[in-house]
Amino acid sequence: MRRPLRFVVPALIAGAWLLAGCAEREPPVKPAPPSMRRLSNEQYRNTIADIFGPQIIIAGQADPLIRTDGLLAVGAATASITPSGLEKFYGLAKSIALQVVSAENRGGEFACRPENPTGPDDVCARQFFSRVGRLLYRRPLRPSELDLAVRSANQAATVRRDFYLGAAASLTNLLTTPQFLFIVEETEPDPEHPGRQRLTGDAKAAKLSYLLWNTTPNEALLDAAERGELNTASGLRRAVDRMMESPRLETGVRAFLDDFLRFDQFETLEKDSVIYPAFTVKVIEDAREEVLRTAVDLLLVRNGDYRDLFTNRRTFVTGSLARIYHIPVPRPSGGAWNAYEYPASDPHAGLIMQIGFAALASHPGRSSPTLRGRAIREELLCQKVPDPPGNVDFSKFEAADTLGKTARTRLTAHRTDPACAGCHKIMDPIGLGLENLDGVGQFRTTEFGERIDPSGDLDGHHFADAASLGQAIHDDPAATSCLVERLASYALGRRPADKPYLQYLDREFAADGYRVPGLMRRIALGPAFFAVGSTADPPRPVQTASLSAPHAESLETTP
Amino acid sequence: MTVLLKKPMHRRALLRGLLQGAAVTLPLPFLDCVLDERGEALAATGQELPIRFGTWYWGMGHTPGHAIREKRQTAPGIEFLEETQALAPYASQMNFFGGFGMPLDGRSNYTHHTGWVGSRTGFVPQSAADIPATTLDLIIADQIGTTTRFRSIDASSAGIPRENYSARSAESRGLAEISPVALYTRLFGPQFVDPNSSDFKPNPDIMMEKSVLSAFIDSSAAYAKTLGAADRQRMDEYFTSIRQLENQMARSLEKPAPCEACKLPERPAEPPAERLANVREIPNVIETHKVMAKLLAMAVACDQTRVFNMVFTDNFANVRRQGEANTHHLLTHMELIDPNLGYQPTAFWFNQRCSEALATYLETLSGIREGNGTLLDHSLIFASSETNYAKLHTIDGIPIYLIGKAGGRMKTGMHVVGGGDPISRVGLTAMRIMGVELRNWGAKSLQTSKPITDVMA
Repeated sequence: MRRPLRFVVPALIAGAWLLAGCAEREPPVKPAPPSMRRLSNEQYRNTIADIFGPQIIIAGQADPLIRTDGLLAVGAATASITPSGLEKFYGLAKSIALQVVSAENRGGEFACRPENPTGPDDVCARQFFSRVGRLLYRRPLRPSELDLAVRSANQAATVRRDFYLGAAASLTNLLTTPQFLFIVEETEPDPEHPGRQRLTGDAKAAKLSYLLWNTTPNEALLDAAERGELNTASGLRRAVDRMMESPRLETGVRAFLDDFLRFDQFETLEKDSVIYPAFTVKVIEDAREEVLRTAVDLLLVRNGDYRDLFTNRRTFVTGSLARIYHIPVPRPSGGAWNAYEYPASDPHAGLIMQIGFAALASHPGRSSPTLRGRAIREELLCQKVPDPPGNVDFSKFEAADTLGKTARTRLTAHRTDPACAGCHKIMDPIGLGLENLDGVGQFRTTEFGERIDPSGDLDGHHFADAASLGQAIHDDPAATSCLVERLASYALGRRPADKPYLQYLDREFAADGYRVPGLMRRIALGPAFFAVGSTADPPRPVQTASLSAPHAESLETTP
Repeated sequence: MTVLLKKPMHRRALLRGLLQGAAVTLPLPFLDCVLDERGEALAATGQELPIRFGTWYWGMGHTPGHAIREKRQTAPGIEFLEETQALAPYASQMNFFGGFGMPLDGRSNYTHHTGWVGSRTGFVPQSAADIPATTLDLIIADQIGTTTRFRSIDASSAGIPRENYSARSAESRGLAEISPVALYTRLFGPQFVDPNSSDFKPNPDIMMEKSVLSAFIDSSAAYAKTLGAADRQRMDEYFTSIRQLENQMARSLEKPAPCEACKLPERPAEPPAERLANVREIPNVIETHKVMAKLLAMAVACDQTRVFNMVFTDNFANVRRQGEANTHHLLTHMELIDPNLGYQPTAFWFNQRCSEALATYLETLSGIREGNGTLLDHSLIFASSETNYAKLHTIDGIPIYLIGKAGGRMKTGMHVVGGGDPISRVGLTAMRIMGVELRNWGAKSLQTSKPITDVMA
């Protein structure tokens, strides 16, 4: 999607300069020890594509990260690599390396030509690994690392009687080292604060790059880092603004939204093909993309207000999605994307009515007010819903007279039984607001022949239907503070415990009109982003269960 | 907890330097299937057969009163009821453990999680995502899995790779293979060396790859020393993993001992698109499980691994029947109890499928002849679930079966009554049978030093 960032970014910069004189100072945060984050599968793919080109096929993926404090990006800081995961990384590396040195691709990767292509060439190998290694490790290779890469390539070239196969053997291993698979925050003495450490320029570049672009820093950014520019306020601002003007910013925003909205759940999403025949594999792919396209259009292209994500009537659909939504599109067949604006008379509006939300927070064969209510609370409002108790008397649900009734009737026990109501009253009433959408997001007005009542209450804000529930989320301050908390956690790689810092970002987010790019910029330029403490072990973060069907399902039937 | 672990045997020194002489024949050590002095003699080679360990998992436990006839005290004879009838032919080859407790020490019962974690680690988790200790299969694998290509192999027909009940921690939990084709490729792909092939030659490409990998491991180890303590711990896990990869290469370079029962299986067919879109429909789960059972059994028979884990359905039993709005799990909570039958008929139907799948698995293992017995005779299978009665989330009385003769180390045919004893006693028993020298296992009220000697030969 093309974005007129040349308009957005200057506006951000101008706004920042205007406010500079009266801007509030960012409160200090307690610095965390330097982190070591494992590359996500998406970061791995982006990194390879950026270094070696998009033509490199990456078939497969390694172990996924564990969601911690609501984000996979936080889980990356404690993730390790299992034997089966490493086996997969090695297999990927081998395949990538052979493609890189193939006759079709080597022209772009090797600035030199070996004097003898059937044997080792120390000079050419050194040149190749020096350039590629810097991009892979996000810093120049140390002499011993470069020597090892070159020596290995030479030895393998001798055995294989092929310079390029030798290079591939060495590159395979470079791609399997911890220096590549983990983004390691390296530090150096801070000359401005004797006795303390700061991140190296290269580590800062990597942190910026994975936040804003979700990929490895490019040569220009590493050059700036190695010139020390990221250690000065003006140099850092220039680098960040250059990055914000890049088309790669969209990749970064998408990556954050994908994590924030827990879209990894799409990987295992299934619906019953008899109950929902229109819900195909293509719908699953497109539903994820619809949400991301809509969000990018609003947040980046139009530099819009984040809250409007919950009331927005503009969306993008393919023919597959249009069949679920029952909307006319000019090109209903094929995979073409069509911009579509729901008329005011249409009940659809906002993120929570999109398939990517409604179907994800449902069961394979039916909707789930409990799962949807929990998703709104935990994902969009950052409110913790207690885990279901383990000692439930399910005989309360054995009321035969509720069979064939609407979900509101079926879930009566959730509201009326005191043991159930404690938790379910914070989920079901808002989830019932989406009952006009079935288990895959198709609009309906009745269930089992009975009219659905989608009205309810979100913390004192009455809503009549799903669209007005979206308005209630739009108006809820918890929605914007949730976004702030998640984006800050995503950037820092940990959930910041410093309330003044988050409150400051809340205020600035509001002052900026709830513009997400502006918030990203503010976080990237703030002192907290690069703050680093001693290497003492940090407290173990709390892991949160996935909201995918497994853990959340039990809530459906517990009081 | 005291665990005596043997360090992996490294052969880097032996294989280093091969690059300079790929064509030179080296006196590589003759590896064989020998592990246990109590194993049977293998007719073809005179060598002894190893004892293997497997786990098998199904979600949602049993329907009390309709699965296994309860007993008041431990005694020979397991009475299979209508839910578990499929297992009756294997009664003499297994022990059933019922009535063991899961004391929580004040912690919550994280539904469908605490049960499997407690029974497989001896620890009660602190959250719905916590795995506080290494699962018993990996403790066993650290002891018996160091001489094979794979220390352990994980497969799942449940379609959710993450739902693998073998882990060292929540952060170190590998993915189970959910595709039969991927499982086949990993086990029997290009790196597989047929132990019965007469014309073994070390692959010079793998020699080269291993030599380069070894050099990089040394370099990374030096780098790891520059990291902080918390990161070094994760680095240790990285090195455990990469050394296993190095070990896999090393195995490929050695002439394996002949394995009488090893026959290269056929490559599974790529599943049709409609099955890929409905992986968790129960007929597809059953079919996938059947194919995977054969692949795992042959991987063991070919001595590619000695520890193998199979998940039939996950701990939230996300499996379903076409046209049915509720998954197996939801049915256990939502379905009405039929007053005439005394149980939830559709949930019960799913439970029956689980027992049938376990029977299929055992049929596969016992269908492979080895020495004077079968693969099952030389194995110990720990088959368990995460609940006793899923409808109520009960975790006292979680059903566990220990199946197989374990090479004569286990007495079978017993119904063992726990009387509320910690369920960790069953896991400790399994580990002791497998030769793991543990004085005690588990934590707090789950800690035990008492294996169940009634079933130990």
